[in-house]
Amino acid sequence: MAVSNETSELKAGTGAAQAASGAKLSALFAGTMGPLIGLVLLCLALALTTDTFLTVRNILNVLDQVTVLGIMAIGMTLVILIGGIDLSVGSVLALAAMVMGYVAYPDYLNLGVPVGIVAALMVAALCGLVSGLLVTVTKLPPFIATLAMMSVARGLANMITDGSQIVGFPDWFTNLSIVRHFGFLSVTVGLMIVLAIVFAIFLNYRATGRSLYAIGGSAEVARLSGIPVKSLTNWVYAICALLAGLAGIVLAARLDSVQPSSGVGYELDTIAAVVIGGASLSGGIGSIGGTAIGVLIIGVLRNGLNLLGVSPFIQQVVIGVVIALAVATDTWRRRRQ
Amino acid sequence: MSAEPRQSESPHNGLFVNGLCKSYGPVQVLADASFEVRPGEVVALLGENGAGKSTVSNIIAGSIKPDAGTIIWRGKPYSPANPAAAIEAGVGMIHQELKLLPDLSVAENVYVGRLPMRSGRIDRATMNAKASAQLKRLGLDVSPERKVRTLRVAAQQQVEIAKALTLNAELLILDEPTAALGGEETELLFKQIRKLKAEGMSFIYISHRLDEIAQIADRVVVMRDGRIVARHERADIPVRTVVEQMVGRSVERMFPKLSPPGEKTLLEVENLSSPERSFNNVSFSVKSGEILGIAGLIGAGRTELVRAIAGADPISSGVVRVADQPVHLSGPAAAIRAGVVLVPEDRKEQGVVLEQTIGENLAIGNFDHVAPKGWVFPKAVQRFAETGISRLGVKGRPNQAVSKLSGGNQQKVIIAKWVSRPPKVFILDEPTRGIDVGARAAIYDVIADLARSGMAVVVVSSDLEEVLGLSHRVLVLSRGRQRGILDRDESSNVAVMELATS
Repeated sequence: MAVSNETSELKAGTGAAQAASGAKLSALFAGTMGPLIGLVLLCLALALTTDTFLTVRNILNVLDQVTVLGIMAIGMTLVILIGGIDLSVGSVLALAAMVMGYVAYPDYLNLGVPVGIVAALMVAALCGLVSGLLVTVTKLPPFIATLAMMSVARGLANMITDGSQIVGFPDWFTNLSIVRHFGFLSVTVGLMIVLAIVFAIFLNYRATGRSLYAIGGSAEVARLSGIPVKSLTNWVYAICALLAGLAGIVLAARLDSVQPSSGVGYELDTIAAVVIGGASLSGGIGSIGGTAIGVLIIGVLRNGLNLLGVSPFIQQVVIGVVIALAVATDTWRRRRQ
Repeated sequence: MSAEPRQSESPHNGLFVNGLCKSYGPVQVLADASFEVRPGEVVALLGENGAGKSTVSNIIAGSIKPDAGTIIWRGKPYSPANPAAAIEAGVGMIHQELKLLPDLSVAENVYVGRLPMRSGRIDRATMNAKASAQLKRLGLDVSPERKVRTLRVAAQQQVEIAKALTLNAELLILDEPTAALGGEETELLFKQIRKLKAEGMSFIYISHRLDEIAQIADRVVVMRDGRIVARHERADIPVRTVVEQMVGRSVERMFPKLSPPGEKTLLEVENLSSPERSFNNVSFSVKSGEILGIAGLIGAGRTELVRAIAGADPISSGVVRVADQPVHLSGPAAAIRAGVVLVPEDRKEQGVVLEQTIGENLAIGNFDHVAPKGWVFPKAVQRFAETGISRLGVKGRPNQAVSKLSGGNQQKVIIAKWVSRPPKVFILDEPTRGIDVGARAAIYDVIADLARSGMAVVVVSSDLEEVLGLSHRVLVLSRGRQRGILDRDESSNVAVMELATS
């Protein structure tokens, strides 16, 4: 008994990275058994019904296809954890992409892509901060605050070029999503994975991350316990929007273009991924591990239905049914406990 | 005792409850409960929280099914499947939390679910006229078209009673009906009860306020731990007798012996006022090792006062000094840093995150201690939780969800959260609300220990016995004004109530 205590204390002292590995990895996926089983069954079914699903090439394709959704879903997880919602991520994605194009493109400001990216991320974070302030200071319900931001950001995105798209970026930029380093990992997919790990560690092992769970569980309990609820809420909306902006840049790299109409409806896909991953819309329950599974379920489902030649219209129906099923099982399981 | 033979000879047309039992899992909340309610009488159901009063009432009102036992109502076996069936049979219940739709009119609330129709449309004229007639019967002069939200709590309660009357209720269960009422409003309610009683209606009256029972009840049934422990044929029994029956032992022994306070003043409050005027110019000080009780009626501003001192609500003027240092009360975080902690009034909404574990609940508010560099390790949380659990004798494990604990243990978790800092000023608002009697004594011991360890302790409670038994001095508030501070030897039920009602 004494021995095991000592070793665990030693382990605790050697840093977060090690604590996050090994046995602790299970903590990252705690409460996500249901979605995980769903994902495994889905993969099994597709492996049996198609020749192409279980190929390295196709798996890499799936990862490429979910980068935009995956990066946005990380931010949405934080927002939903504190009991909020962000409907503006699709519009912010478009706005950030348009800002980047406008700043970077030779016909407009011609300041180069790196400056464009910085400008885009700043504008996106500012949108999120405004949403956050509308929630914390003006006391608007998050649904309304971000609904307003959804409309404003979409309008601004259209105003920048009067609705036209910007096509053609430098090769090094588009290569970020095309060239697979070490034979398998594009920069954009790598970025998504690193972000997921960083935020998973943040939520599990940082005091601020744990505070977000407390806020979602009961904002008043958190406030009375001395947690700065308002400022953390502002930060969470800012970071969610920042990640949506980043997703806009990833999308630009994938498409070699930016357009003000991109990202329409992405907020719903993103919320769906987080909810399928076991998060509760009333806050306090959810994890990056669960969200990753939710994102993969949506990605694999789309990919698999394509391989099976199912029409995109039917795909929408199937995804709707999966959302309902996932949340229904979860609710049922919780009630039974 | 004389009731027994009479019952069998000429059964009256009222309610007979026979041997009701109810268990949740291994916990028996109701054991062999039997009593009767005759037509036109008020039976008071007394008991501490968790004694089984609500369970037995909810069974009679059809919202809980008993495991065993029978009920006879108006000469027939009665086992309502749901509240609607109970109402159909003439049994209504007015819950402590009123169940009205605030944005609908008074008449709509009275007739909700059975709105009178004429040719496919709501017949508002008839509805308003009928509702108005019932309100008049209760002596209530309110337009039936007024929105319920705009009514005072007392008037809203009467809307509920009016609703029950239009449903032809003949037995009405009132659960803590005066909890939110003032003196005059209580008088009016009693007048209405007497009037309806004269018309032959029966009442089961649940209350904690023993002084009311003598005024309104005809007979008294006392419950404890799910059992009926006493039946009194008259209501004017000495309060002490009833309390001892409710508690199951003599009352004096419940409170711990207090140690004399120290010399150093830890908390000083000077001319504190709230922006909403819920309290005005309050000044007091508390020494190290001293327990200051704050007494007053509901709405006197007690909770508002202590919340402001703990930084939870803003103040408009005044100064709070902790150990001679003025505290800038910008929020709970600032107060906690200054050494002022609060155990809030509403445990479940403000005190604990129910779905989270004991460990997580203890870590909230202590991240500076549990995670000095911002890294939270499960082992550190566990160790911290184990210390808190053993220090306060919480019955639970660090990774157990707080929702699975009893009220008393939840309260201990909240106290444990703050104890280790250690704070200079420990404020507890209604520390034993909703906690069983046995567990209360444990909480009292904990509070006395806090003072003994050198903290300044402030206790707010609606339970007068509790304030008197637990405090070195008692501050009395009435309508936001400080009416006086009584020393332990001069404080008594009467002295405090005189000030509280002034």
